[in-house]
Order: sequence, then C-alpha cells, then structure tokens
Amino acid sequence: MATIILFAPLIGAIIAGFGWKWIGETAAQWLTTGLLFLSCLLSWVIFLSFDGVTQHIEILRWIQSGSLDTSWAIRLDRLTAIMLIVVTTVSALVHLYSFGYMAHDENFGEQGTYKARFFAYLSLFTFAMLMLVTADNLVQMFFGWEGVGLASYLLIGFYYRKPSASAAAIKAFVVNRVGDFGFALGIFGLFYLTDSIRMDDVFAAAPKLATTDLHFLWTTWNAANLLGVLLFIGAMGKSAQLFLHTWLPDAMEGPTPVSALIHAATMVTAGVFLVCRMSPLMEYAPQAKEMILWIGGATAFFAATIGLVQNDIKRVIAYSTCSQLGYMFVAAGAGVYGAAMFHLLTHAFFKAMLFLGAGSVIHAMHHEQDMRNYGGLRKKIPFTFWAMMIGTLAITGVGIPFSKEIFGLPIGFAGFLSKDAIIESAWASGSGFAFWTLVIAAAFTAFYSWRLMFMTFYGPQKGNAHTHDHAHESPLNMLIPLGVLAIGAAFSGMVWYNSFFGDHAKMTAFFAMPETHEAASAEGGAKAETTAETTAEAPAAALQGAIFMGPDNHVLETAHEAPTWVKISPFIAMLAGFLLAFQMYIRRPDLPAKLAEAQRPLYLFLLNKWYFDEIYDFVFVRPVKALGRFLWKEGDGKIIDGGINGVALGIVPYLTRLAGRAQSGYIFTYAFAMVLGITAILTWISITGVISLGGAQ
Amino acid sequence: MTVVLFTFYAFAVSTLLGGLMTVISRNPVHSVLWLILSFLSAAGLFVLLGAEFVAMLLMIVYVGAVAVLFLFVVMMLDVDFAELKAEMSKYMPLALLIGVIILMQLALALGVWGFSDGYQGRILAPVGTATNTAALGMLIYDKYLILFQLAGLILLVAMIGAIVLTLRHRVDIKRQSPVAQMMRDPALAMELKDVKPGQGL
Amino acid sequence: MMSADLTIVLPEILLALYAMLALLGAVYTGKDDTASLLTWLTGGVFVLLAIWIGTTGGDRVTAFDGMFIADGFARFAKVTILLSAAAVLVMSQGYMERRGLLRFEYPILVALAVVGMMVMVSAGDLMALYMGLELQSLALYVVASLRRDSVKSTEAGLKYFILGALSSGLLLYGASLTYGFAGTTLFSGIIAATQGGVSLGLLFGLVFLISGFAFKVSAAPFHMWTPDVYEGSPTPVTAFFATAPKVAAMGLFARVVFDAFGGVVGEWQQIVAFLSVVSMFLGAIAAIGQTNIKRLMAYSSIAHMGFALMGLAAGSAFGVQAMLIYLAIYVTMNIGTFAFIMAMEKDGRPVVEIKALSLYSKREPLRALAMLVLLFSLAGVPPMVGFFGKFYVLRAAYDANLGWLAVAGVIASVIGAFYYLRIVYYMYFGAETEALDGRMSPVLWTALMGSAAIMVFGVVNLFGIEPLAAAAAATLVH
Repeated sequence: MATIILFAPLIGAIIAGFGWKWIGETAAQWLTTGLLFLSCLLSWVIFLSFDGVTQHIEILRWIQSGSLDTSWAIRLDRLTAIMLIVVTTVSALVHLYSFGYMAHDENFGEQGTYKARFFAYLSLFTFAMLMLVTADNLVQMFFGWEGVGLASYLLIGFYYRKPSASAAAIKAFVVNRVGDFGFALGIFGLFYLTDSIRMDDVFAAAPKLATTDLHFLWTTWNAANLLGVLLFIGAMGKSAQLFLHTWLPDAMEGPTPVSALIHAATMVTAGVFLVCRMSPLMEYAPQAKEMILWIGGATAFFAATIGLVQNDIKRVIAYSTCSQLGYMFVAAGAGVYGAAMFHLLTHAFFKAMLFLGAGSVIHAMHHEQDMRNYGGLRKKIPFTFWAMMIGTLAITGVGIPFSKEIFGLPIGFAGFLSKDAIIESAWASGSGFAFWTLVIAAAFTAFYSWRLMFMTFYGPQKGNAHTHDHAHESPLNMLIPLGVLAIGAAFSGMVWYNSFFGDHAKMTAFFAMPETHEAASAEGGAKAETTAETTAEAPAAALQGAIFMGPDNHVLETAHEAPTWVKISPFIAMLAGFLLAFQMYIRRPDLPAKLAEAQRPLYLFLLNKWYFDEIYDFVFVRPVKALGRFLWKEGDGKIIDGGINGVALGIVPYLTRLAGRAQSGYIFTYAFAMVLGITAILTWISITGVISLGGAQ
Repeated sequence: MTVVLFTFYAFAVSTLLGGLMTVISRNPVHSVLWLILSFLSAAGLFVLLGAEFVAMLLMIVYVGAVAVLFLFVVMMLDVDFAELKAEMSKYMPLALLIGVIILMQLALALGVWGFSDGYQGRILAPVGTATNTAALGMLIYDKYLILFQLAGLILLVAMIGAIVLTLRHRVDIKRQSPVAQMMRDPALAMELKDVKPGQGL
Repeated sequence: MMSADLTIVLPEILLALYAMLALLGAVYTGKDDTASLLTWLTGGVFVLLAIWIGTTGGDRVTAFDGMFIADGFARFAKVTILLSAAAVLVMSQGYMERRGLLRFEYPILVALAVVGMMVMVSAGDLMALYMGLELQSLALYVVASLRRDSVKSTEAGLKYFILGALSSGLLLYGASLTYGFAGTTLFSGIIAATQGGVSLGLLFGLVFLISGFAFKVSAAPFHMWTPDVYEGSPTPVTAFFATAPKVAAMGLFARVVFDAFGGVVGEWQQIVAFLSVVSMFLGAIAAIGQTNIKRLMAYSSIAHMGFALMGLAAGSAFGVQAMLIYLAIYVTMNIGTFAFIMAMEKDGRPVVEIKALSLYSKREPLRALAMLVLLFSLAGVPPMVGFFGKFYVLRAAYDANLGWLAVAGVIASVIGAFYYLRIVYYMYFGAETEALDGRMSPVLWTALMGSAAIMVFGVVNLFGIEPLAAAAAATLVH
C-alpha cells in the first residue's frame, strides 16, 4: 500500500509530463489529480489503522559499494504516517484547486500549453516529498531532499518568462545548496563514524557518538553535537530559518497553489521532519538542541516583525510561515518532538488554507497582490472570506484557555492548541529567550494576521475600481479545497491534541515511544542504576518507535505542569495583537501611516526585511560573482579553454604532422626508428639496470 | 698460444671482417664476395668445434648455392647503388652516433657479462659415442622433430609464396598443349562436307 | 613418448596436414576455381578446431621436452585466433573474388599462418618461438602482396618483409644473448637460470626479444610498417593482419615475459610500460591526420595494442586477464569494422577515403548505426563493450601501482576518441557527396551487425569471457 502511495504521483508525473501530447492536457490533469487522491485515501487508511510499530518495506537493492550497502526501502512509522497524510492531503487538494486557479494564465497566453507541465511538476514534487518522508536511510532521504529542491526550483520558476521568477528560482536553489552542504556533510560524518547510513544503525550508534570526538575544521568536536548541527544546517536551508531564510519570500513568485503546497505545508517543514526523525541522535546532542532552540526562537520573532509591515498578501503569509517554522524548531529544540510534529500538522492545514484563500482573493482581484488595493471584499467573495477567517482564527490561536482543565477536553482552533503546546514546551525547556520571543511573536502573529484580514476584507474599496467591480467568487473546484482545509484548521487540533502532546500515555502509544523511557520518567529522579540501564536499552528500543526522547528529557512533563501565567500568556498576546490591529485598521485607519512616519527608520528596517538581502548581496553575492567572473574569464576562458584549445588545435596537430612526416615511406626511415627505439630502451635499461644490478654483479 | 686458439681468432676476425665489409663495400658484387668469405670463416669455426658436417653443409649450401644465386641476382639487378648511398650518407652522422651508442651499451653489458648458475651443465650437450652426423640426425629427427617440421612448413610457405607472387597464367596467349596435340586425330580434326555443285557453301 | 607428444600437438599437425592436402587437391583439380570452396572449407576447419581446442584439454601439459606448451592460456589465445581468422576468411571471399584476387593459395597460406600462430602461443622454447613466428610472418608477407599488379600492394609486402627480417634479426640476437646467459633456450630453463639474479647482458637480450615482439604487435616505435602495409594490402588481408596475428603476437609476448622472465617482472615491466604509453599516444595522435580509413585503422590498432600492453605491463595475473579480455574485444570490434570497410565501394571499386562516408546515415541508417556503435566501442565510450576492455586494463595498471600509465591511457583515449568521432561526424553530418554503392554481401552484413550487437549486448556479462580469461591468465602467471 505504501508503495502505491509512493509511486502513484511519480507515474502521474511521468505520464503527464512526457505523455500529455498523446493523452491531452485535460486528461493529464485528471490523471495526476486522480492518482493523488488515490494516494491520499490510502495514506489516511494507513494513518488511521497504523499501530505504531515501525515497518521496513524494501523496494530494491540500491547502492553497494565497499561497506556501503543500501536498499531502497520505505520506513513506515508514526512520523512517516503523519507526513504521508499531510503531504498527500494538501497535495491532492492543491491539485484540485489548480484546476480553477491555473485555468487561465496571461503569462502563457491563450495558446500556451502549461497545465500538463504544471500538474506534472506538482506530482513530481509530491513523489520527491514522499521519498523524503518515507526514506529508510539518509541517502534516500537526501535523494528526496534534492528532489523537492528541484521541483521547488521548477515551480518557483514556472513563469520562466518573468525575470523575477527565474531569479527567485535560482535564489531558492542556491540558498538551499548552502543548507544541503551541511546536510551532506552530516551524512558523510554519520557514515564515517557509524559505517552505515541506515537510520536504524545510525540511531543505534547515537549513544556512542555522544562520547566520540571528531576533528573537523580547526578543532575537535563532540561527534553527536557536530553532526546534529550539520544536519540542522540542512534543515535550516530547507525550512528557511534565520540566515538561510531569504529565498522563501522570493519564492512567492511561483503560482499560489505552489506556495500553498511547497512553501507552506510540506517542503519547508522537511527540516522540522528531519530534526524529529533524527531525534535519537538529537537527544544525545544537547548543544545542537540548544542551537536549534535559539535559531528557532530568533526566526519566529524576526519573521513576525517583518510580517507586520509587508503589503503583498502572499509575502505576509510567507513571513508568517517562516515564523511558524521557527515555532516548530523551538519545540524540536526543546526536545518535545511531538509538539513540533503537532504544529507541523495543524500548520499544514491552516497555512495551506490561508495560501489557497489568498490565491482565491488574488484570483478574484485579477492577480492583484497588493493589500493596499484591496478592501471591503467580504461581501464580494463571502466563502473565501469565511475560510480565511477560520484560517486566521487558527493561526492566531483562538480558543478557550484552560478548557482542558475545565471541560476535560481542549477547545480551540488548531493553532491554539499546537502553538500553546510549543510555548509551554519553550518555557519548560528553561530558555527564557525562546519563551519570550515566542510569546511576542504570537502577539505579532495576531497583529499581522488580523491586519491582513482587515485590509483585505474590511474598510472601503481601494485601488482600481474596475477590478473591484469585477471581483467574483472563485469556481467550485477552488472552494472545495478551501472548505476541506477549513475543517482541518478548525478541528485537527482538538482531535489529536492528546496524541501529540497533551496526554503522555496516549502520546507514548501513538509514537510507539520506548517503554523504558516511560518507566524512567515516571520515577522522576530515578536511581542511578536505572538510568544507566535505560541508557543502554534505550537505543535498541528507539529502533521501534518513531520518536525517541532521552531518559533525562523531562521537558514534556514540565510543560504539562506549567504555571497558569505561562499557559495564559499566548492567549493574552493574541488578544493584544488583535486589539491593536483592530484599533489601527478598523477604528483609526490613519494611524499606521502616522506611526510609520514617526518611526521611519524602524519601519524601513522592517519593510526591507532587516536588510538581509542587501547585506547578503554585499557580503556574499557580489564577491562570489566577482570571483566567478574572474574564474570564468581568466581561469576558464584563458587558462582552461586556452589550454585545451592550445593542446587540441596547436600541439596535437603539430604532433600529428610530425608523425606524418616520420612516416616517410622509406624503409630505412622505418628501420631507423626501430633502431632508435631499441637504443632508447637499451639506454634506459643500462641506466636503471646498472643501478639495480650493481649489487648482483 | 696454441694452434687451435690462433686458428679460432683468425677465423673469428675474418668472419667479422667479412661481415663488416659486406655492409660497407661500395660494389655489391664485392659485398657478396665478402659474404662468402664470412661464410667460409664460419665454416672454419664449425670445424674447430668438431662439427665438420655442419661446416660442410655451410660450404655447400651457403657458399655453393645461396651465395652464387645472390651473385647472379646482384649482377642482374639494375640498381644505382651510388644514388642509394648518397641518400644514406645524409643520415650517416646520426646513424654513426646511434651505432656508437649501441656499441657502448653492448660493451657495458658484455663487460660485466655473467653466466647464470649451472650454466656449464646446461650448455654441454652429451655427445656420446655416436658420430657427428648420427648425433645430428638424432637431434633433428627426434628431439627437435617439431622444429624440423616447422622449418619444412616455412620452406613450403616460401615456395608457395614464390609461386603465387611470380607465376601467372596469362589467359590471353595461346599455349602449347602436348597432350592435346598427341590425342588429336583426323576424325576429330576434320569434317568432310558434301558440297552440292552450283550452290556454294 | 613420441606419440604422447604428437597427441598434444595434434591440432597443429592436423591443420598443417589439411593445408598440404588442400594444396595438393587444388593444384590437381580446378586450381583457382576451387578457391571459394577452399576458403569456406578452411574457415570451417578453423571453427571445428576452435571448438575442439576450446572444449577439450585440461591442465598444463608440455611436449617435446617442454618446447611446446598446451595450457589454458594457449587454449584461450588459439580459440580467439582460430575464430577471428575464420571470420575474416569467410568475409574476404566475396571481396577477393570480385577483384580476381581469390587464388587458391590464399586460404592455404592463411591456414599455414594460423599454424604458425598456434605454435607461437604454445611455444616453450626460443627456437619453437622463432619457428612459429617465421612461419606466420612469411605467410603474411606473401598475402600482403597478393595483389601483384598493384604497386602499393607489392610495396607493402616488400616493406613488411624487409622490416620483418630486421625484427627477426633483433629477435635472434636477443635470443642468442639469452642463450648465452642461460645456456638453454627452454623457457623453463631460462626462468630457472634467472633465479639467482640476472646480468645486464640478459636484460639486453630481453630488450632485443621484446623489440622483436613489439614489431609483431606493431607497438611504437616498432610500428612504422603498419600504416603502409595496412594501406597497401587488400582490405581482407588488412583485416586479417589486424586480428589474429595481433592476438598471436601478444600471446607470444605474454608467454615469453611470464614463462621465461617471470622472475624479473620488475625489469621488463618498465619496458612494456614504455612501449604501451608510446603506442597509445602515437596511435592516437598520428591517426588524426589520416584521410584513408585503412591507415586510420592501422594507427587505431597501434593505439589498441598500447592498451593491451598496458595490461601486460601490470605484470600480474589480473593484468594478463585484462589483456586477454581486451584482445578478444578488440578482435571482435575489428571484424565488424573491417566488414564495414570491405563494403565501402563505389561502382564496384573499393573506396577508402573517410570523406566518402559523408551522410552515410541518410542512405543506410542501420549500417551507419552499427558502425557508430563499433566506433564508439573502439573509442571506449561507455556503455559499449570496448569501454570495459579499457576499464580492465586501466584497473590492472592501477592495481599494479602504475597509476601514471593508467592516467596516460585515459588521456590518450580521449585524444583517440577524436578520429573515431570524426568518422561518425562524416556519417551523420558531413557534406553531400556521391553515394557509395549500397550493396553489402550477407556475410559482411552479418559480421557487421553481429559485431555491433556484441558491443551493445555484451555489457551484460561480456558473454562470460571474464572467468575464461581469468582461468587462462591463471595458468600463465603463477
């Protein structure tokens, strides 16, 4: 079944990509979408019927070279199952949505045939993403990792006639290379130290790595920490964390369904998935976790600040994505992988929906993306409005605080539960920085989300009147995905809260976490010998489960027992953000402009995204370009090309002529050549022979 | 110095001299004559070794047949050797240089010449009581049978080669066929026609 | 005693007897009218002998006091020689007949040459070696000048003969030095004599011996005869030169350096490596300037022999295995390529200009494709089988710590790829010229297509030649 899920999108992509001329564009669209829905259905079957025991489904023998022996296999555990439903569900809905969204595209004109290509890319992406999440070894994961990078590149640059789209595609690809380099180094390091790239072997070796030292660059590192950091660098690139985030906003050049699928719901969460997947290793790498915590918190805060002032509707959501990914990393860094995965799941629903909703708005407004030209759209496109409203409620985290304590059941939109879980985890991890940045970011999140809502759907109509007159609700095939995702955004949190985070017992069962840990943590300050025992047994047990939490990892318990003010703080922050947005964009619409005027440097700083692009351009891009140009013109052009040309056009023909002249046709020349050859060999032999035989004679 | 040793050196020197002069003498006829001297000296060396049968063979076959054939061929060929020499003399300095180098190399090698261990035992063929010719026969027809037969095959190839390269049957000329001539009789050769008067043929 | 010896040499004896009987029969019957029949018959005899030799025989046995060795190595080489000679012989029948060259002596001379080759690869003694070599060479000199009315052909034969005589002289001088040192001409005696160290004189003898072999395998700088002889000889004869004698000479080369000088591998290794690298580069560079496809194939064979020598230079069992695999592949490629060249004609006259192939693919797409496969294979482009031949010898050289030689080989093969690709260029993109005749006899067509197919499908397991070559190499290198 997993095999079908995995290969159905690939088959769709191949047929649609190469065969659409025979089967027609529409058929290609239906084929890919149909196969995706099949995958989606099967994924849900797997997810709901999954018993938590890790399975390995071998597909083929892959690489055998030296001690490297790798099969191509599917690793099916709870993490995989979660990712399967996330990926296939969002992908299937985006396929469906694209029917409407991509129906007409002025970038390609009336005659342009682009739909089959688009669907093929989407399916290809889905296949690569499934490869990534089902990988049973690191190289296979890297294959998927690069596959999604490729699909992302193709889809960002889908409007390849637009220079900005091409530039964005290249940027995304290049920035990701930096991260991939770290990832690759991490894989090499793991292979170097454990002599295997199979996850099971690597996990089993994790405790040993924690006590191994590895010399790298200029100094000696603890192997587990170093590898954890390297893998995290890979995750940073893919998940657009601070310093490697610059490609994500630009990636919005791609069609909006792409943004929803790749740059909100699935691919960007691959980094989080990676960290969670490598949890057995991360648990032995405290410093790497510390770093993840810091970077995650910083990203959450930083991206939220930028989101405050952006005017492009998609960019706002893009920065929001960036920020939410920061949340997930904080949870992972804190060691509460369940919370990270929980937020990943809920975020996939509401963020995909927000993007698709934004796409619907853009569709309605004839591809206008500037929010300053929106306003008062809630009457024109009511369904989209309500969907976006649910999404906003979800992302800002609206819910009833303490409902679990009061009703025995958590009540709230998806984001409320997952985000609160992360903030409690952050507090429990003991990192004040992470906790406070997340709380402030939560307020910012509420502010920019409501700002988006108010600017788009409320207030007077702004911008081109003609556009507003022709604003229309999107077709049904775009609204159905919105509706489905809205249900997810509303209820997914409540349904799975206990499994992912809330209830320790359920969570253990859900992720099939090792029982040993259960025993150890229940005793709290367990006796020394027990700890030693569990440490020894834990890795073996870790092979069974999807997530591994170290025996001395008590963040989860601490988070559950967080004080009241911690639990209420995100709610208050959300409320504050909402009220501020309400004040500034509904009651006093002149306020933002005044504020921007008063705090001009700060405003510009935020508007220009902390000048990251400019700094990178100055520090990296230009010197590298200059170096590249130098190597191209001087190194490549003159030395290498010149050298090759010189050899190929100068020296070789010269030698050829020489050889031709030697071939005079006279026997005595030939005989002379033979004698010369003999003389040369004899001389050589007598020189070396006298030396080597000197002793013998 | 014994007589044997003196004779050996005399023959050896004349062999070498003959070989050298064969190469460098200007007149090809002289070359062949020098070659004959070389053969004769070699035959003398064989006699010294006690291999009188081989020595006689050398005299009869090489001097008596091969060299004389050579002489005929050289005399019949119309080749301007002077011109060839002129062409070759262009390369003479270089060729001399190479020659000197090789000579030096060989001197280097032969100067420190050493035989392998147990060399003596391998090199002395047991002669036994058989006469020279009988011993040779035993070698050729028994021990070295395969080599002898192969030599025969080589000669066969040479013969075939000579025929295939030189003998050609021209189909455009009339040949005499003795058998046809002898088998001819009037009955076959002639036919009587009864010509009726006044009609002509 | 004698009968046991004769049993071991039976295949050679039978072939020689066949040649003589065929000679008698042809002379006393239809003479040249029997030539076609005789050609096919000789080819059939070759194949039968190949099957016989290939399927029988076990351990290494010697005859005539060790002068004649029958072992796995000799068997492998003999089967290759016999099969390739048979293929070339039947391929040549149509070509020779149309040009009035098919004389009944031709198959007989080839058969005698093959006897010589079989003796060469089985030689266990310097004298047997020389006899086999001369038997082979003499027959080849004759067939080279078979086209008597052509100046080029007679010139080719004469050049080959004179230079061959020179090389024989060198070889004999080397043999006499070796005999002088060891006191014996038997390989087993020589290798025993070198146990206690060698003298410089013996090394000189080895150098002269190797020079003689290098002439026969046309390794640079003893290659000079090759282009002229290849060009001047009738094309089927050229095809023959390029295949069986090369295998025989390489087999002899390997036989001598391992059986007689296996104790001093380090001494000859450098000489062979030198020959190898010079041949590879000379073959690659000099071929670039050629416009005549037969001359080009001559340089190609020089380069290929360089690669085969690289396997030998490794001085290991794996090296010999690589060399044998390389030779088998090389011979197969050349049979196909020469089948194509033999079919190149315009108005019934043979054409050898490369330019004449311009846009050949438009007229004969299938044949052009087959030729393309063969040329790619000759150039060593993966995934053709030719690549694996190169791969084996490079690996052998690398394993033997001759990394520089392997690198040089790669560079040379890159340079060499140029002229193969140029033919492909002409066939597919050249300027329009007068078309060649479309006729191609079924035999040639089969040879071309079969060879090309082997180059493509052999990648699966090289038709199981690898273990055979390994077994053959194991009997030579102890």
